[in-house]
Amino acid sequence: MPDRVVLPTIEDALKLGLTRAEYELVCEKQDGPPNQVELAMYSLLWSEHCAYKHSKKLLRTLPTEGKYVVMGPGENAGAVDVGGGLVCAFKVESHNHPSAVEPFQGAATGVGGILRDIFAIGARPIAVLDSLRFGEPLDAPLGSGSGTRSRYLLDGAVSGIGHYGNSIGVPTVGGEVYFEGCYEQNCLVNAMALGLAEREKLVRSAAAGPGNTLVLFGARTGRDGIGGASVLASAELGEADESKRPTVQVGDPFEEKKLLECSLELLERGLIVALQDLGAAGLTSSAAEMASKGEVGIDLDVAMIPLREQGMEPFEVMVSESQERMLCVVEPHNVEAVKALCEKWEVNSSAIGSITETGRMRVFDGEELVGDMPVRALVDDCPLYDLRPEKPTTPIYAPPKATLAKDATPREALLALLRSPNIASRRPLFEQYDAIVQSRTVRRPEQADAAVLALADGSGLAVSIDCNGRRVAADPYTGTVEAVLECAANLACTGAEPLGTTNNLNFGNPEKGHIAWQLSESVRGLGDACRALEAPIVGGNVSLYNEGATQGPIYPTPVVGMVGHLPDVARAGRLGFARAGDAVALVGPFAPSLHASELAKLRGEPLPDGLPEFELDAVLAAQAAVRDAVRTGACASAHDIAEGGLAVALAEGCLAGGVGVQADVDCAPATLMSTLFGEGPGGFVVSGPEQALRSLGEKTTLQLIGTVGGEVLRITLGGERLEVGLADLTRAHAALGELFG
Amino acid sequence: MRFGVLQFPGSCDEVDALEAARRVGDAELLWHGDRDLKGADAIVVPGGFSYGDYLRAGAIARFAPIMESVIDFAKDGGLVLGICNGFQVLCEARLLPGALLGNMNRRFTFRQVGLEVLNSGGSFTHGCALGERLSIPAKHSWGRYYADAETLAAMDRAGQLVLRYAAGENFNGSVHDIAGVSNERGNVFGLMPHPEHAIDELVGGSSDGLKIFESMRLTVEGVHA
Amino acid sequence: MRARVLIRPKAGILDPQGEAVARALPALGFEGVTNVHVGRLVELDVEDPAQLESMCERLLANPLVEDYEVQLLDGNG
Repeated sequence: MPDRVVLPTIEDALKLGLTRAEYELVCEKQDGPPNQVELAMYSLLWSEHCAYKHSKKLLRTLPTEGKYVVMGPGENAGAVDVGGGLVCAFKVESHNHPSAVEPFQGAATGVGGILRDIFAIGARPIAVLDSLRFGEPLDAPLGSGSGTRSRYLLDGAVSGIGHYGNSIGVPTVGGEVYFEGCYEQNCLVNAMALGLAEREKLVRSAAAGPGNTLVLFGARTGRDGIGGASVLASAELGEADESKRPTVQVGDPFEEKKLLECSLELLERGLIVALQDLGAAGLTSSAAEMASKGEVGIDLDVAMIPLREQGMEPFEVMVSESQERMLCVVEPHNVEAVKALCEKWEVNSSAIGSITETGRMRVFDGEELVGDMPVRALVDDCPLYDLRPEKPTTPIYAPPKATLAKDATPREALLALLRSPNIASRRPLFEQYDAIVQSRTVRRPEQADAAVLALADGSGLAVSIDCNGRRVAADPYTGTVEAVLECAANLACTGAEPLGTTNNLNFGNPEKGHIAWQLSESVRGLGDACRALEAPIVGGNVSLYNEGATQGPIYPTPVVGMVGHLPDVARAGRLGFARAGDAVALVGPFAPSLHASELAKLRGEPLPDGLPEFELDAVLAAQAAVRDAVRTGACASAHDIAEGGLAVALAEGCLAGGVGVQADVDCAPATLMSTLFGEGPGGFVVSGPEQALRSLGEKTTLQLIGTVGGEVLRITLGGERLEVGLADLTRAHAALGELFG
Repeated sequence: MRFGVLQFPGSCDEVDALEAARRVGDAELLWHGDRDLKGADAIVVPGGFSYGDYLRAGAIARFAPIMESVIDFAKDGGLVLGICNGFQVLCEARLLPGALLGNMNRRFTFRQVGLEVLNSGGSFTHGCALGERLSIPAKHSWGRYYADAETLAAMDRAGQLVLRYAAGENFNGSVHDIAGVSNERGNVFGLMPHPEHAIDELVGGSSDGLKIFESMRLTVEGVHA
Repeated sequence: MRARVLIRPKAGILDPQGEAVARALPALGFEGVTNVHVGRLVELDVEDPAQLESMCERLLANPLVEDYEVQLLDGNG
């Protein structure tokens, strides 16, 4: 047992987030109470964030295999085959809590982290998408102070994502943002990244080869992110030294750019055996996980690690979350070449340890052994907990504040929806992102329902990230199925077939019965939908305990990211109406309902208990039909119907195309509002030559509803007429501009 | 025709510039630490965030060894194109007059912009017509061109004001809507928008950017003096 | 010797950062604030303070658009 003067107590363990029972288990695994370094490492690796204690058993029920899957969950990222000897690596991750503390750095380092996961498997990052949730930004009256925090977080997060992605030369090509009261105290910042690699060159992270050298390269190590672990600091650091224990990690995209090029060249030259990035829990998790996967042991010496701060203790070095660092395993005869290559890229490197056969993680400080733990205990033996789901019997969420009168006219409702923060144009956000660097982007934000990137062989990748948390809150199973279908529908509108899925489960406290219920039902829906679509989960992330101190939990928000393939990228679909004279059709088994819709939210209605059922097979058939029609060039435009329903989808077609539409829809007067603004899966607005659209009707439900042309959006239905000029549509749609003064 | 595209730590659009140059001739990357221009007929200083934009955009890159060779090359009349960060480097190196400051809106902004050709006689724009409108993407946070009144007047007289943002399209606040300028001799040209991203309708929204690379080729091959 | 270099935008050149700060302060309840400018600070240990001006001219500042001020600090500043 390593000799350290003062052993941490069980109270320290509790402060670090371990339960009493977990601490006792650690003592058992260690044959005695753990020392400072050991307790720090166990408390991190056994945290919810690293160990997925409350979700791992559920995640095992998800489908992870499929004909295109090359790398499934368990590695730094998943990967799917995209033809031509290439694979696309992708994953989504969250950085919710750091973003609430410091949105710019939280979001920036979130992007940095997910990018490292991509190049850690040998793929060059080619795109980023972001999925954000904040509280209401425009609480009335403006200037009253409410909404201020959400605007601050939104501004910081968007700037941070732009700063990191733009600087490192990876385009941010898409994303989504929702504003709901429940996210006020718990914002969500999820970042997704894609990369390309040759199939033969994919790298796994399992450390191999006892006798091989462990090399740390990248930025110097400081005290970033240590925060809570500081309870273990030696007595000399007093209260006044708060500044020495920052909780915020600060990202440096320039450092990461050098790290990226260096890593890819190391792999290209065959100089390394395994590669792992340092993310949450820093060196502790990356070294331990590498050792666990390889079924080996690791000896490492903290004295060999290049530091940025004075007087760092061994436990601090092990738990530091300083950004832009990677760990690799190198055969001894290659170490000099590795260091030389790092020098070329102006990246620090240091041999810090070696792979052993002991199955133990041993941490040294020079000659002194300061921590000695079985790898298996650290990584694999963390207890996993069963959820105890209990369907809630009373509403969890307060109804939203009404901002639209119940008897508002269709015209007023349409303009209110277009102006509403969840629907208004995201242009003021996405103009802060470089969407075109690397010259692959064929469809930029607001040009199509999914981002589209060109591959060298003329085919393309489409990618979308979606989740309507309010609908999941109304019905966790069905709402999650809808989120998966939404992704697939967006892909279909560009002509893409789904290849695989990633997901970020953002939920409240799983130890509470109603949250456990939300989580279980949601994962069940996720699994069923991915199976039906044959788009398996290749990786993802879980973020739990998103509950405000006074406010309660966030909506269950299972963010879904999906990648698809289209054979001819020149034919990628668009969402805007293109030509006057084109016919417009409503396609698919669309059964709109105002339950849990955006209109219901504006009217201040509480969440319904459950969402309407729908025919999954019919929805899938409609998606396939639209996809095929887009691929043949039959459609001038294709747009999935989502928030705001048919009327908003038609308006969006007009806005993107800069042209009006005249539509006439079958409808009984009593269902006027639900026909116009009702939501649900399976509906598309498609435009093109009438003959071409009619052939879609052979594969799915089709209703010709109008013609493109003119300068107004005009819909006649149920004896009423709704008419708005393009200028008014544009003005309403530009509402978010006032958030970015 | 041989282009040399510089690569600094932190350059991003050098790959795109290489691709654009290859549509028109041969091209290769030139490492910042070397001094050899490898027989290039024209140099492209690309976009990106060289040295993280630390201190000031382009302030550190201008001192790279490769830049010493580029400065000599420019003094001998060689063609040098600076795009975005490259424009910033050339201003810092005093190969072009003026400076680039932070955007008026204080934000990075990415937008497809319309540009007007103010001078179509030079080595970089003789493939365009006078007054022609080009559609080219711009993406930057430090793109506000500034020079004092006296300098601007002299530049105007000498035909150094080459490209201007079309009405309503100047989002960064550049003085006189200036988007691209050349030196007095006309062999060095800098612009904030990215012609290398407008070589293809499918990806760039237009192929107007190719005209600049084409003009350079024609100059070098002596078709146009 | 420890030195501090303060770098400011030249008078007469638009300073949108300074303007943004000047607008933000009253919104927080601070009145009577005008003429705000935002610049940069570089601190360094130098063996030969005589070189500082040249460092400013060549690298630390862009004299075309920035003014700089060198302060020599006693001890550790």
